[in-house]
Amino acid sequence: MTVAELPISPETLPAPEPAPEGATRQGIAIICYSGDLEKTWAAMILASTAGAMGMPAKVFITFWGLQTFVKPSRRVTGDNWMQKMLSIMSRPGIAHRKLSKMNFMGMGPWMMRSLARKYNVSSPAELLEMAQMLGVEFVPCQMTMDMFGIKYEDLMDGMGEPVGAATYLGFVADGAAPLFI
Amino acid sequence: MADQQVDARGLSCPMPIVKTAQAVKAMASGQTVEVLATDAGAVKDFAAWAKTTGNEMVEQTVDGGVYRFVMRKK
Repeated sequence: MTVAELPISPETLPAPEPAPEGATRQGIAIICYSGDLEKTWAAMILASTAGAMGMPAKVFITFWGLQTFVKPSRRVTGDNWMQKMLSIMSRPGIAHRKLSKMNFMGMGPWMMRSLARKYNVSSPAELLEMAQMLGVEFVPCQMTMDMFGIKYEDLMDGMGEPVGAATYLGFVADGAAPLFI
Repeated sequence: MADQQVDARGLSCPMPIVKTAQAVKAMASGQTVEVLATDAGAVKDFAAWAKTTGNEMVEQTVDGGVYRFVMRKK
């Protein structure tokens, strides 16, 4: 069977609908998966800028990324010893992110923060605050909350209702550009 | 004279844009904002911002490493 004989050929497929005027303005949907300092920083830069651009922006916070959004006042989270141990070994909170490379017991992040201050680069915490002020929505992953034993009250103020993967994919189906950070 | 001023001199990406967006949010349609920035990426960034948000770039000048933009809220 040649290509032309196939029941579905490019000719028989419906032509894609032309994008309506301004169709690129459907925003972005970021999956904030990593808890590493450098990736958290990138996610917060994009989230705050999307807010500033007037783009609808949603950040789905999941796995290690969920730990980033735990209130600074919560040192230990979880119900059982494994969940508690996890939060002790990997301190939650946006101010306690580690670099994925060259962490050197906290020396790397300290240098990154000093350089950022020197060159007037805003911290992830400041960018998060800006993003929230500009209407960016942060939605926690219910499954990660259950697995890590993180309760809604443990999370920073202003987080959305906890949801699952289908809600995130719904954002993408509605035309938001997906980003996995 | 612009209705609002944003002094973003010394600030790095994305703060000039973020601070401008915050100021513009509080403005009425047709009002103008004057932004001062020293971030070299600002020229392209503000052009992209104006295009995406639909706000109009009225003026842009550079004087001794300081970029000045005047934009009108749509």
